[in-house]
Amino acid sequence: MIQIQGVSHAIGGTPILHDITTTLPKGRLTALIGPNGAGKSTLLRLVGRLEPLQQGRITVAGHDVATTPTDRLARVMAILGQQTAIASRLRLAELVAFGRWPHHKGRPGPQDQAQVWLALKAFALTDLADRFLDEVSGGQAQRAHIAMAWAQDTDWMLLDEPLNNLDMSHARSLMARLRGLVDQGGRSVAIVVHEINYAAAWADHVIALKGGRVVAQGTAAEVLTEARLSELYETPIRVGTHQGRPLVLHHA
Amino acid sequence: MRPLPALTSALIALMLASLTVGAADIRVTDAFRDPQALLVLLESRLPRTLSVVLTGAALSVAGVLIQALVRNRFVGPDTSGTAEGAALGLLAITILWPASPLWLRMIAASLSAMVTTALFLAVIRRLPVREVMLVPIAGLVLSGVLGSVVTFVGWQTDLMQYVGTWLMSGEFSGVISGRYELLWIAGVAAGLAWFSADRFAILGLGDQVATGLGLSTAAVMRLGLAVVSVVTAMVVTTVGMIPFVGLVVPNLVARIMGDNLRASLPVVALAGAVLVLACDLAGRLVIHPYEVPAGTILGVLGAVLFLWLLHRRPPRSKPAHG
Repeated sequence: MIQIQGVSHAIGGTPILHDITTTLPKGRLTALIGPNGAGKSTLLRLVGRLEPLQQGRITVAGHDVATTPTDRLARVMAILGQQTAIASRLRLAELVAFGRWPHHKGRPGPQDQAQVWLALKAFALTDLADRFLDEVSGGQAQRAHIAMAWAQDTDWMLLDEPLNNLDMSHARSLMARLRGLVDQGGRSVAIVVHEINYAAAWADHVIALKGGRVVAQGTAAEVLTEARLSELYETPIRVGTHQGRPLVLHHA
Repeated sequence: MRPLPALTSALIALMLASLTVGAADIRVTDAFRDPQALLVLLESRLPRTLSVVLTGAALSVAGVLIQALVRNRFVGPDTSGTAEGAALGLLAITILWPASPLWLRMIAASLSAMVTTALFLAVIRRLPVREVMLVPIAGLVLSGVLGSVVTFVGWQTDLMQYVGTWLMSGEFSGVISGRYELLWIAGVAAGLAWFSADRFAILGLGDQVATGLGLSTAAVMRLGLAVVSVVTAMVVTTVGMIPFVGLVVPNLVARIMGDNLRASLPVVALAGAVLVLACDLAGRLVIHPYEVPAGTILGVLGAVLFLWLLHRRPPRSKPAHG
């Protein structure tokens, strides 16, 4: 379980999060949704200790994020922030292999190599393994970064907008992989997602943020209702159902 | 051809050649019979060859590290305020305590180089990440400002001659046994960096990834800063700053081998040694028995190589979609 207690955060004097208290349940796929600037990414980055905590307390599986050594946390959770332009020239296989670094600290064993190969295979990267990071497309680089987090093989996996740059088929296959991690692997996953139907189709638990506050949380069916979504995004939204799950009709 | 064996053979060949070339008219093969030849070999030729190799290797490794620290390919220890910082420290200790022992000058140069390089890193942190070219420009500006402070103080205190040997012309003609050994410290510092090669490679992937993998970025930054500063300070103290090596060699190697530093750092070190030794040899041969400083040859060659690099691979700020 990830427990977030009384977390407030400001960036450059502008308050982003206001006194957030919530939990992300263990063994579930949690989606963080909300309009632009709601504070979803900031909240995820605070949990993943990519930003220093200003106020409040966050624990991941009992580890206080503010006080636990960062290399210890790297064996409990993998976090992938939004991709920034990085000039590093690593081969994709080398990048994914760094996902094992928290475990072997520079001395990879056969088990680490097997895990890297599985991760490359899981994200359809085996053919690209020898290509340099600056020679592949944005979507391929994104998949390589996700594969790296995957290879880290932690109980918690936090992904900030992992579907960015991915085409339909890779987006769906990623969500299916994450679902499999939760259902078969007993792991817990949290993602920030903009396309609400990915949350509707795949998430167990949905947390809706707006203006730096939690406005709704619960199962996908509880949160993704016409009234809630229309208010959340301040635009009229209709919700149907498809194969027993909500289907959000917002495109026209 | 694999780069490591190819560069190793090239380096050995160049080192042998370097032992045979010089102003003194001796035959190296006579070294066992002719005491004069042996003296020249052990007191001048060998120290010179070693100093060139150590300088080239250490500066190139320092270039890789500073590029990982600032995550930008277009900087080197000669364009990040490091060399000027070392000169500033040397100048200060020379003025404050003219008779200071060598080890104290060395420490002063290293510490001062650390301070100015840390200043460069602090400046870089405040620049927008996407503006790739701002980083080298900031480095050039900082180097320029620090360099003019050094020059001003040098003029005022009548120490311009020293400043010239530290910053203006990197050259090895003054190297004899007993006057280059500090460079071993640079070599050892660069060698130590290899043990943290993975950490520097991860740091080069950006703060987010580094933190996510549990790397203590501040500690790695401090280590990199220390190595870059010590290497540069030793080079500035003994032979004077050699331009372009720390910029060009890491770029050339990264083009071919990528940034897996554990595999590429030895290649970077060898390539740096080969490049500087080739330039020094050329400088000894073009107007034999006189010399052109290796730094001058490298300035010309380095500029050409760098233009070629820029042309081959424009700075990539790749669009996010694709």
